Amino acid sequence: MARYAAQRLLLMIGILLGVLTITFILSRVLPGSPVELMLGHRPTPELIEATKKELGLDQPLIIQYFTYIGEVVQGEFGKSLRTGRPVLEEVGKRIGATLELTTLAIFFVVLIGVPLGVISAVRQNSILDNGLRATTIAGMAFPAFMLAMMLQMLFYGELGWLPLQGRLDSEVLLDSTFPRHTGFFLLDTLMTGDWRAFGSAAQHIVLPALTLVIITLATVTRITRNMMVEVLSEEFIRTASAYGLPSRRIHYGYALKATLIPLLTVVGLTYGYLLGGAVVVEFVFDWPGLGGFMVFSISQNDFPAVMGTTLFLATAYLMINLVVDLLYFVVDPRLRAQ
Amino acid sequence: MSILETSDEVPTLAWRVKAKAFAANNKLFVVGATGFLFILLCAIFAPLIAPYAPDKIDFSARLQGPSWAHWMGTEKFGRDILSRVIYGAQTSLIIGTAVTFIAILIGAPIGIIAGYFGGRLDTLLMRVSDVFLAFPPLLLPIAITAALGSGLGNAMFAIAVSWFPWYARITRAAVLRIRTEPYINAARAMGVSHTRIMWRHVLPNSLTPIIVQGSMDFGFTILAAASLSFIGLGATPPMIEWGLMAATSRSMFLDAWWTVLFPGMAIFFTVLCVNLVGDGVRDVLDPKHGIKE
Amino acid sequence: MSTPVLQIAGLRVEFPGLLRTVKAVRGINLTVTGGTVMGLVGESGSGKSMTAMAALGLIPKPGVVHGSVKVDGFEVVGRRDAELAPLRGGEAAMIFQNPMKALNPFFTVGEQMTDAIRCHLPFDKKAAIKAAIAALESVHLPDPTFTLDKYPHQMSGGQIQRVMIAMALACQPKVLIADEPTTALDVTVQAQIISLLRELVATQDRTILFITHDLGVVASLCDNVAVMYAGEIVETGSVVDVFADPKHPYTQKLMNTVPRLGAGDQNLNFIPGQVPDMGFPPKGCAFHPRCDQADDKCAASAPDYMIFNNDHKAACHRLDEAP
Repeated sequence: MARYAAQRLLLMIGILLGVLTITFILSRVLPGSPVELMLGHRPTPELIEATKKELGLDQPLIIQYFTYIGEVVQGEFGKSLRTGRPVLEEVGKRIGATLELTTLAIFFVVLIGVPLGVISAVRQNSILDNGLRATTIAGMAFPAFMLAMMLQMLFYGELGWLPLQGRLDSEVLLDSTFPRHTGFFLLDTLMTGDWRAFGSAAQHIVLPALTLVIITLATVTRITRNMMVEVLSEEFIRTASAYGLPSRRIHYGYALKATLIPLLTVVGLTYGYLLGGAVVVEFVFDWPGLGGFMVFSISQNDFPAVMGTTLFLATAYLMINLVVDLLYFVVDPRLRAQ
Repeated sequence: MSILETSDEVPTLAWRVKAKAFAANNKLFVVGATGFLFILLCAIFAPLIAPYAPDKIDFSARLQGPSWAHWMGTEKFGRDILSRVIYGAQTSLIIGTAVTFIAILIGAPIGIIAGYFGGRLDTLLMRVSDVFLAFPPLLLPIAITAALGSGLGNAMFAIAVSWFPWYARITRAAVLRIRTEPYINAARAMGVSHTRIMWRHVLPNSLTPIIVQGSMDFGFTILAAASLSFIGLGATPPMIEWGLMAATSRSMFLDAWWTVLFPGMAIFFTVLCVNLVGDGVRDVLDPKHGIKE
Repeated sequence: MSTPVLQIAGLRVEFPGLLRTVKAVRGINLTVTGGTVMGLVGESGSGKSMTAMAALGLIPKPGVVHGSVKVDGFEVVGRRDAELAPLRGGEAAMIFQNPMKALNPFFTVGEQMTDAIRCHLPFDKKAAIKAAIAALESVHLPDPTFTLDKYPHQMSGGQIQRVMIAMALACQPKVLIADEPTTALDVTVQAQIISLLRELVATQDRTILFITHDLGVVASLCDNVAVMYAGEIVETGSVVDVFADPKHPYTQKLMNTVPRLGAGDQNLNFIPGQVPDMGFPPKGCAFHPRCDQADDKCAASAPDYMIFNNDHKAACHRLDEAP
């Protein structure tokens, strides 16, 4: 176990270095110089020089590169040009909102998508299977922003059941002083028994979460189905049916366990899709998370904030995949034997 | 006796028969191909089909709902949405084609070199490619476009750069399969140069998986570009792009739903058709999914 | 003793498709009597594995099965999966070609064996484990208790094939169907498995339908043999009769492909031509395109069986003319 974990960790660190290199190139090497963005229109040459020196941009690139990596390792992701505060601090304020949204979404995506995929595979080429396949192909073609806006139109505009955007009603936000222990408002309000705030938080999260669920559900269902179909054609499935095992046991015991490993991969990848998809969805719903922050920072030319957030999200995604890799170990006896 | 219903020779099936059998088996492909053809024709003949000039501003007809005069209504400057949706097909098809091509142009050579030469070069190239896949999808294109400056060209390039590793991987896998074939060794033994071998033997043989992947990714590309345009990183006015149309109407969509719905549906319809075609292409070309007889 | 345990009559297996219908098995009759070993021989694609699958009702969709297969008097054809469950692994058990792939890599040997045993016998977990251990002992696996906790990937192909045989015999099936059980194994391991099967037949009076393309194995293990070509049985009889005097040209050629020590022939014989496309099997005698004795008659009509002594049968037009 330790060796396997170390191996995975080493690989992750290698990729992380690569990620850092890309963000470094994007922020320092490419033409759109951060200094000009910082100083706005027509700065004096002296001012440019001074700022460059202050930021260490007068150094050779290679030195800049190592300084950059050193800073990131110490948790310095740069400073937001707009607020002047460290990017990591800005990220910290918003990470809870993004994690709450994406975690809720992935929970439902897996809860709904995996059984649908399994049923579709078990009843291969049935009406249900064909219907689901057509639906998933259609589902994968939906632009997230349109879906988000249509849901707003329906549930806010037409029916008036749910709020348009945001994370809490403004009055609730002013009145409530529930502590932000987890950053998940649903949990925080529940723990303090602040029912009014809980209700408001729940109402607000429905539409963005629903959007994320719908746009990723198709992919998860489709991949699960294809993997399960592949497993069902394996010879050990034939063996099981040749020994008279009930089809329930074959499908949901023998086949599902063999599907579990690729399924873990899918969950990891889906989390990535959710983090990416959250950018658009948070923007539409004005959700105070990292995605919305990123779009806002882009519109404000707050470049360090954009890069810092990107780096943070990429790291988070890598960590999730590391966890997935380690879970393989728990599930797959072949890995454990090594 | 049905077991004696046999023929003398194995008939070679005409492609027409095969195509018919394929179409009967892949109704969704036929639907997708028809739809795609329709969109393609719209794009090509947009000036003939569109009832209005797409950029004709008419303040007297601002934000009108769908009517006989304007089937899809008008937007905040009174421009006809149907005409703009038709013209938008041009943009989206060009985006899809260009991005897929750029991604293949970057990825395929890397994959071929990695697979053909193997060893450390292979490891290095593939590890570097892997790094691009370490970002959550859509995030890297956003970051790259933000760095290069917004604009459709930059957005397209950014999507291609974040997507090329898939082509590198696929090509490499194909090359690894081919590399061990005897005719490659034979060519080498006869002193044929590496470049020539790659160009004449390896590339044509790895084309199939590239085409399959490309047709599957075409739709993704259009979707990603529309998303970038929507958050203000892609197309800029006066360009006519569906994602941008939805974005500029965002502030008033609750009162004028048609301004968002129709461009959105255009994206949905296009991506859907493209995906159905891609599925069918894979069924034909990918031996693993061969025609069900 | 000589009660028929497996009776196949007029069995046809077809896979209908849009372009053509693949006729994998085209009307075969076969009877395996209790306590004997029947060898079913043929090239790959001759329909022998499909025959085996059909015996347990395992033909995958969209395959269609006609005719009759009776295991110990129980009709298999046309039954639903639920009705077949007691038969599969109970009355008739099967072992497969590729042992490394035949067991689920995510479960231990013990889990899979007890699962199968408890499907057929009213055992609790403890009793099932006991039965599994007894079965593993009977196939001479060292340290059966230890083996139960192993995963398939921790064992060799020969060991797993022993496990498969143990699992197959654990519920005392009336007939064991072995689908090329030695093909994927090393030659020395093949010999061990064959001698194990021979021992089981001798000591436990087992009935086996043994499917193979290897005539050498047939000679050393089987009592009777049926030769399949293009979904039909072209010759059948006792091993002694068929090997001493093969009647059908295909059987003769098949015999010639077996290299014999000291026979002096330097080049290995093979049968020229290819197994026909079963979507469009040849008219007349299916073998005529590859037969060097074929004439117009062979291409025109399918031959009937000629019966020789001791139920030795063969279907070939040449045999009618022989004096």
